[in-house]
Amino acid sequence: MDVMEKLTILTDAAKYDAACTSSGASRGSRPGYIGNTSSAMAGCCHSFSADGRCVTLLKVLMTNCCVYDCKYCVNRCSNDTRRAAFTPEELADLTIQFYRRNYIEGLFLSSGVMVSPDYTTERMIRCLDLLRNRYCFNGYIHAKAIPGTDPELIQRLGLLADRLSVNIELPSEEGLRTLAPNKTRKAIFRPMGLITSTLRENKEELVKYRHTPRFAPAGQSTQMIIGATPDSDRHILSLTQALYDKYRLKRVFYSAYVPVVESSLLPSVDTKPPLLREHRLYQADWLLRFYGFQAEELLDEDDPNFNPLVDPKCSWALKHPAFFPVEVNTAGREELLRVPGIGTVSAGRILCARRARKLEHEDLRKLGVVMKRAQYFITCKGKVLDGLCLRPDSVLRSLTALERAALPASEGQQLSLFDPA
Amino acid sequence: MEVIYRYDGSLEGFLCCVFDSYVNKELPAEFQDEAHLVPSLFPARWVGTDLRHAQRILVSLEKIDPWAQELVVKGFLTCAPDREMLLYRFIRALYSVGRPLLRRLSDDAVLPLLQAVRHLDGEVHLLKGFVRFSEFEGMLAGEIRPKNRVLPLLRRHFCSRFYNETFLLYDRTHREALVHQNGKWAIMPLDSFQMAAPSAAEAQYRRLWKRFYDTIEIKERHNPKLRRTHMPQRYWDTMTEFQGEDYFTAADSGAPEPAALAEGPGGSAPAPLLRPPAAPPSPTPGP
Ligand code: SF4
Repeated sequence: MDVMEKLTILTDAAKYDAACTSSGASRGSRPGYIGNTSSAMAGCCHSFSADGRCVTLLKVLMTNCCVYDCKYCVNRCSNDTRRAAFTPEELADLTIQFYRRNYIEGLFLSSGVMVSPDYTTERMIRCLDLLRNRYCFNGYIHAKAIPGTDPELIQRLGLLADRLSVNIELPSEEGLRTLAPNKTRKAIFRPMGLITSTLRENKEELVKYRHTPRFAPAGQSTQMIIGATPDSDRHILSLTQALYDKYRLKRVFYSAYVPVVESSLLPSVDTKPPLLREHRLYQADWLLRFYGFQAEELLDEDDPNFNPLVDPKCSWALKHPAFFPVEVNTAGREELLRVPGIGTVSAGRILCARRARKLEHEDLRKLGVVMKRAQYFITCKGKVLDGLCLRPDSVLRSLTALERAALPASEGQQLSLFDPA
Repeated sequence: MEVIYRYDGSLEGFLCCVFDSYVNKELPAEFQDEAHLVPSLFPARWVGTDLRHAQRILVSLEKIDPWAQELVVKGFLTCAPDREMLLYRFIRALYSVGRPLLRRLSDDAVLPLLQAVRHLDGEVHLLKGFVRFSEFEGMLAGEIRPKNRVLPLLRRHFCSRFYNETFLLYDRTHREALVHQNGKWAIMPLDSFQMAAPSAAEAQYRRLWKRFYDTIEIKERHNPKLRRTHMPQRYWDTMTEFQGEDYFTAADSGAPEPAALAEGPGGSAPAPLLRPPAAPPSPTPGP
């Protein structure tokens, strides 16, 4: 089988994985090496596929052969599909040649389980070792740690990669039991915990010995599938929060379930992927990471799922009228960040500009505040915007209309993953 | 009295105009770059470039705040049609108000310049990803058509990333090229540049990339509008994934490409890629 065919099969098999970012690592160039990792806050996107998702890394599987039989997965052993495997040399060459042409920011290497987790991981290590040590590749590498792999191999993998991730796959134990019979929650959290503690030890050692080799400098991430199981948004978001707090993950990714198989245990094959739900989860995730929100503030037992009509921040604001209005000339950063229409950037600008003089409504628009949203929740020098109607139902109606305009009419659900501000 | 200032089109030249306007105590009505002279009713004056004058302005800006200097240097690279006027107004206000001006983010003397610079920064960020190189005999060459003059700001990124590569990045809009070899770089005017036809290996990597790009899409999520939001269509025509069939076909194997390898001045880096070979001015070596 030639490389073109392998690339096609192994890309097709890898494309449902959501993570595709190169952020979190900043490494300058080294003489004799090719590449660096850019330090930009937002990762560097090299292209966008026709589904609007960012293409940053060469995202492929080492092989799509798999001895496991996860029900939701195209690569499960009971599925009748064409199988392929890259040799470490082929994949290393592809990565380098794509990188030199500036097609990609690096490699995202995952794999089906060929023979055993250890055997598969060893093949991945061989490829990464070639890249780092023969081709002197200094760019970004994200590698998947496969549950059940010998800790020592994960250690070696982490010394070659910038980021490691273990997929949670499904948000709940039950989901795993029915849909991924070869995986257990414990088997997934074990390598995750191992990576977390190795990261911590590595950091301590780096303080003592400057030349300690770095273990996964861009940290750890994970992803879970949304909509294959009946779990609520609240459950998913609390899990996310715990992953950030307890396991110190850098990112949690969500992947709307795309029905690839007919199974009585799964949503039927003509279900549409729940893209709006995925979008709401990303918005909420953003609120957890950059806006100081807690999962339990956003959703509770009475309201365990996100409102499809307005974004999570608006939804929170509408439920907490006592918090508003916020006076933009005196409010602290945290308060400003709770206002729909004010994001991290515009909050920073407000804090800067108001030191020069008191701000009026007119200034806010120039500072990048989305006034159509923010106007209902703020005052400038104690004043509400002239002529504004503040009845709760009319506010909800206009916010909903704004949100609907952001959705393309036909799909009604396709949204970009921008800042929820 | 209102006067038109004409200058050589360089940042230094423009700063000399600012200098002169203070010395002559006059308000320029317009700035005209040598290459785009337009007849006008106002009297015009030619301002020669004196590097010492330009330097004095730059140093004075930095003393007020390094960010002010950065805004001016970057502002000059933007595609704002009245960028000289924006900069002039900003500098004047800065001299009279001082550092606090920099906090007045919504002020008329500041906001339009900030917006122009944000547009420039945004384009630089996108292009770090959207630039595509092709390999010709071990050297890399690429082409872009940006709105702003981005090469000075892309320079550090690409020279660091491709430290061991010899490469040329051509800005077709502003007709200049960034060239890099052995850790040295230069940005120089270049009137014409034509990419040679790909070798068999190059064509194969292009096809592989195109295949990867087409395969990675999840068809059930097809959303061309979202793609255009993130990646405006005006960037597409220099990107591999949107080229027509020819782009993926290798040059006739057999006879080597004589035209592409023709006489380049002194074997300097970009020469073999030029067709016809232009004579670039001697590059100013970078740090
Ligand atoms: S182990 Fe991974 S590749 Fe194999 S069937 Fe399960 S999800 Fe698919």
